Amino acid sequence: MVAHTAESEPALQAGIPSQRGAALSIHEISHCFELEGRPLPVLEGISLRLEPGEFVAILGPSGCGKSTLLRLVAGLDFPTIGRLSMDGRAIDGPDASRIIVFQDATLYPWRTVWSNVALGLEARGLLRSHRERVDDALRLVGLAGFPTVYPRQLSGGMAQRAALARALVNDPKLLILDEPLGQLDSLTRIIMQEELVRLWQRAGFTALLVTHDVEEAIFLATRVIVLSDRPARIRAEVVNARPYPRHRGDPHLAELRREIMGHLGLAETW
Amino acid sequence: MMALAQCQSSMRRAWILGMAAAVWLGVAVLTGVWSDQPGTDWSYTGDLAAAFGALGAVLAFATLASPWFGCLPRMQRLAPWMLALALLLGAWETVTAKLGLLPMPFFPPPQALLEVIVDDRVRLVEGVLASLRLLAGGYFLGAVLGFVIGVAIGWSSAVGYWIHPVLRLVGPLPATAWLPLAFFVFPSSHSASTFLIALATGFPVTVLTWSGVAGVSKAYYDIARTLGANQSFLILKVTIPAAMPHVFVGLFMGLGNSFAVLVIAEMLGVKAGLGWYLQWAQGWAAYANMYAALLIMALIFSGLITLLFRLRDRLLAWQKGLVRW
Repeated sequence: MVAHTAESEPALQAGIPSQRGAALSIHEISHCFELEGRPLPVLEGISLRLEPGEFVAILGPSGCGKSTLLRLVAGLDFPTIGRLSMDGRAIDGPDASRIIVFQDATLYPWRTVWSNVALGLEARGLLRSHRERVDDALRLVGLAGFPTVYPRQLSGGMAQRAALARALVNDPKLLILDEPLGQLDSLTRIIMQEELVRLWQRAGFTALLVTHDVEEAIFLATRVIVLSDRPARIRAEVVNARPYPRHRGDPHLAELRREIMGHLGLAETW
Repeated sequence: MMALAQCQSSMRRAWILGMAAAVWLGVAVLTGVWSDQPGTDWSYTGDLAAAFGALGAVLAFATLASPWFGCLPRMQRLAPWMLALALLLGAWETVTAKLGLLPMPFFPPPQALLEVIVDDRVRLVEGVLASLRLLAGGYFLGAVLGFVIGVAIGWSSAVGYWIHPVLRLVGPLPATAWLPLAFFVFPSSHSASTFLIALATGFPVTVLTWSGVAGVSKAYYDIARTLGANQSFLILKVTIPAAMPHVFVGLFMGLGNSFAVLVIAEMLGVKAGLGWYLQWAQGWAAYANMYAALLIMALIFSGLITLLFRLRDRLLAWQKGLVRW
């Protein structure tokens, strides 16, 4: 792992263990899609650095290219211009040290919860020697009692827990979260937000979350990046140094919320 | 309330079961006591009556035992059918053997079928075995090739480029259209028929496997790739299981096609099997043999489809709302 100086350590300020997280560097990324023969720019000149163990949330209007950015970080697509690297190594494809959790749990319906969670270990030939890690991951997300259940029998929240376990079993250095709680009801969502904080603090990975829920971003993240409309540029960066566990009624968080709403051009609603 | 309703329905079923027993015994008496039309010599009339009587006795026993053995739910579910079958067989026996209302030899009585099944059992068993051997070889070959080709077309666009036009041209051609050519080109009628059955099975299996593979959600691949899966893992653990529901539709359609080709091939070229037996029986105007062979054929084909559905239910237990066969 590359050594990091203390010049920008919001993670450490918030008292987060960072020994297992990766550093992510996004350098001058621009990305275009082709739409009916014409180029459609979605990302423009994005530069961002995540320190090990940080929890960064990206906020932006819907359709601005947030998910595209995450696919580039995951190595599923490649940017038209610019470079990405993790711990100093260029990102040239998907890797099990960077795992993405999507808005849909995307569990394989033909596999039980246990074998869905075991997927990464199985794919890399580690399942035989690390079976207990699957059970550990299930216990960690509160699904220890459901190993033989099929995905269709799960509620939305349970499915998303299984998707988290499927990511965590691989002990990722960077967890990429693409609106993972977007389809849950508000109560489940609040519970899962607290679980996410707990898992992140316990495992020490670096987290990159895309959301369009301002509340969620300021409750979870140590830093919030606000993107503009398409093509997305970084409009603002808000450091959130409040310690964990956080409280939703915290007036400091309300203040941050007002600031972020302003960056999103929604100041008058607050 | 539920328990009461269930009990009432169970009572009614027990009553129907009792009635079925009574009617079977009645049909047994009718068959045995009422003498056949003069001029006929059905040698199995007594045996048929005994068989009916035995069935009636079993049903009567089940009726009387049902209060002690729970309700024998399976037996009770069959009760209305048992009753209907007894009435049907009684009517058939009456209008053929007893009253002679239907022209012979086109409409033989039930005892004639029994006679064929007992006396001609060696030839029938040989026919069944020959048909099953031919069908199994052709179906297995067609299913495996269709599956492999379907996966290959769905997975690789280069393979798709070459195979797709061939499939579009040759696929819709009914396998039976190849029959004259196949019997001419292949060294034996058995190998020619195997080829035709494989062709009839292979086309739907290929097309449906292909469409299943093409329909696999891209997100499934993204997930597996970020978790460190290589190409063979993607094919074996993502593409194929995700496409299996479609593959089974193809296997089902292919099985139906293979039955048709099997029977036609046996009638026109292969000198064995149930299709050949049908043809032979028609040549001798042995209509009882034909009905017996048709009955056996129906039971076997239906059994094979049941087997395929069982296999699917086992492999695709994760799916919801499967059609029951």
